[in-house]
Amino acid sequence: MSRAHLLGFLGAFGILGIAATAALAAGPDLGAVQQQATNWPAIGMFLFFVLLTLGITYKAAKGTKSAADFYAAGGGISAGTNSLAIAGDYMSAASFLGISGLVYTSGFDGLIYSTGFLVGWPIVLFLIAERLRNLGKFTFADVASFRLDQTSIRIISATGTLVVVAFYLIAQMVGAGKLIQLLFGLPYLYAVVIVGALMIVYVAFGGMKATTWVQVIKACLLLGGASFMAGAVLYKYGFHPEALFAAAVATHPKGDAIMAPGGLVSNPIEAISLGVGLMFGTAGLPHILMRFFTVADAQAARKSVFYATGLIGYFYILTFIIGFGGIALLMSDPSYFKLGAAGSFDKLKDMIGGTNMVAVNLANAVGGPYFLGFISAVAFATILAVVAGLTLAGASAVSHDLYAQVIARGRTTEGAEVRLSKIAAVVIGIVAIYLGYVFENQNVAFMVGLAFSVAASCNFPVLSMSILWRGTTTWGALLGGLVGLLTAVIMVVLSKAVWVTTFGHPAALFPFDNPTLFSMPLAFLTIYVVSKLDNTRRAQRERAAFDAQFVRSETGIGASGAHAH
Amino acid sequence: MSAVQTAGSAASSTHAVQGGAPGGEAPDPRLERVTSNPTFQTLVSERTRFGWILTILMLVVYFGFIGLIAFDKQLLATKVSGTASLGLFLGVGVIVFAFILTGIYVTRANTRFDRLSAELVRSLAR
Repeated sequence: MSRAHLLGFLGAFGILGIAATAALAAGPDLGAVQQQATNWPAIGMFLFFVLLTLGITYKAAKGTKSAADFYAAGGGISAGTNSLAIAGDYMSAASFLGISGLVYTSGFDGLIYSTGFLVGWPIVLFLIAERLRNLGKFTFADVASFRLDQTSIRIISATGTLVVVAFYLIAQMVGAGKLIQLLFGLPYLYAVVIVGALMIVYVAFGGMKATTWVQVIKACLLLGGASFMAGAVLYKYGFHPEALFAAAVATHPKGDAIMAPGGLVSNPIEAISLGVGLMFGTAGLPHILMRFFTVADAQAARKSVFYATGLIGYFYILTFIIGFGGIALLMSDPSYFKLGAAGSFDKLKDMIGGTNMVAVNLANAVGGPYFLGFISAVAFATILAVVAGLTLAGASAVSHDLYAQVIARGRTTEGAEVRLSKIAAVVIGIVAIYLGYVFENQNVAFMVGLAFSVAASCNFPVLSMSILWRGTTTWGALLGGLVGLLTAVIMVVLSKAVWVTTFGHPAALFPFDNPTLFSMPLAFLTIYVVSKLDNTRRAQRERAAFDAQFVRSETGIGASGAHAH
Repeated sequence: MSAVQTAGSAASSTHAVQGGAPGGEAPDPRLERVTSNPTFQTLVSERTRFGWILTILMLVVYFGFIGLIAFDKQLLATKVSGTASLGLFLGVGVIVFAFILTGIYVTRANTRFDRLSAELVRSLAR
């Protein structure tokens, strides 16, 4: 309430309000966030979400007995539910707040990210989803190591998984801390601890079942809230998008330029590299790939990708409308800005809370303080759901891949494996809280991009080559995955975002922000060349074993429903 | 409801296709029976071709869009209907196109490919 009060206060009392905001606004510009007064409606709605999800976790915990229950919800998730869970895992707060903010500042350029985030899904469907379901059990390493050496392939897959999870998780934790400071008026550390503790509870007690339902509820809330907001914006313009665009162009300082590609993609190689990373990274995200093992069969896997593509595409179109709504409805209203000396403000830079808050401020503009509270709670729930999915993927890689297959060499019991998975979830949660705390004032913007790059350069090549190409051998997949992983990370470290911004060196050693255009083909090439050169007895055996894998991947014959037997 | 599921139970005796340990020292006759089955060959070749054609379509459309952004910003700035630019329509078009492509694949898989799968299971059971 008080945030809304603050906004109303600003509008009503002008000068006094300016003094209040100026005081709150102390500190560095954009990106940095000042703690707001406590927002009770948002906290109340968020508590309701937490209670609901904890109730579900309790129920799920009682029904989670076997490893199949823990990792794959017993394989009993329907295609419709799974599609919502996939959408829930994929629609992060970064895409909701970040893309609407990007549309607000640059118009059309926001659409470049929206399309990039969506076009990976058809690839997942055409090449990966059904085969993954037919071959795997709990993790994508099950599939990649189907006919290859368990130890080597599990190590490289689990490493790829953990690296992706780590970077994604840090970005989400830091984002959560900042967002909650801003939305709820809670201190940064509280926020990080709350997020970490809740994700541990969901994953360690409720496993995949609880995590899935958290995703489903979050997806429904987010899609519902965003639909309402976009609908309200369009309603104000008589449901004529053209009228909305005209109003936006008339208000935006860049004028008509917001309807055309701007400076975001100035370099063709950068643009294509970003596109490659977004597209193929989607097909290598471990927490997404895990979702294909929660459904009964390949048909359900296929249908869930189809529905999820629709939901996610719809969501990105909504964020676009919300961004334009922000331009048209917020930009000329001084109550949403930090005002300068003569009541002047920069429409692009001075928004209260920064441009990432466009969607949140718009919620207040179209639905009042309670809707603002609702959207704030949804944004927090969004982060919470995403980190829970990531934690489960990380914990599975530790227990199912590294412990059960590499360390214990398959000589372990299901109970011990699940117990270790729960411990791993707790450890990952604590590490994530610690990293979230350490990285509070670091630049983490590049980390989600890096997670996608590693997914596209390590996980995706190893997975797709082992499924699709007979010639792939263990050495090829192992070295190729390693090369992809290392080049992606090294190129990002040497790029401007880390080398210059974080380490303070004068010039970047790698000229592009996005490494995937180079690192991914290098991984594929390494897999190809090394596999071709590999003529060990093991390699010959692995090629010979392709037929069995092929039959099962294409038909599902011999595939278990994710139930353990 | 699922041909594959039935396939799983009907032919789970075909544990030639049980994975895990890299085996395959000698060609397995039960495996041969599947791979040499004409229905299997039709299913696999049709579905593989179809999947790759749709993949390539998606790549062409998406990287065509990115290519236009990179190389011909002027074209995308062209006005189509008053304020909205061509780029905006193409961008939303890429999203809709991706969804339609997945729809096309699923429709074909639900009918043609699932029918072939069921046929395969029947002929293997004989």
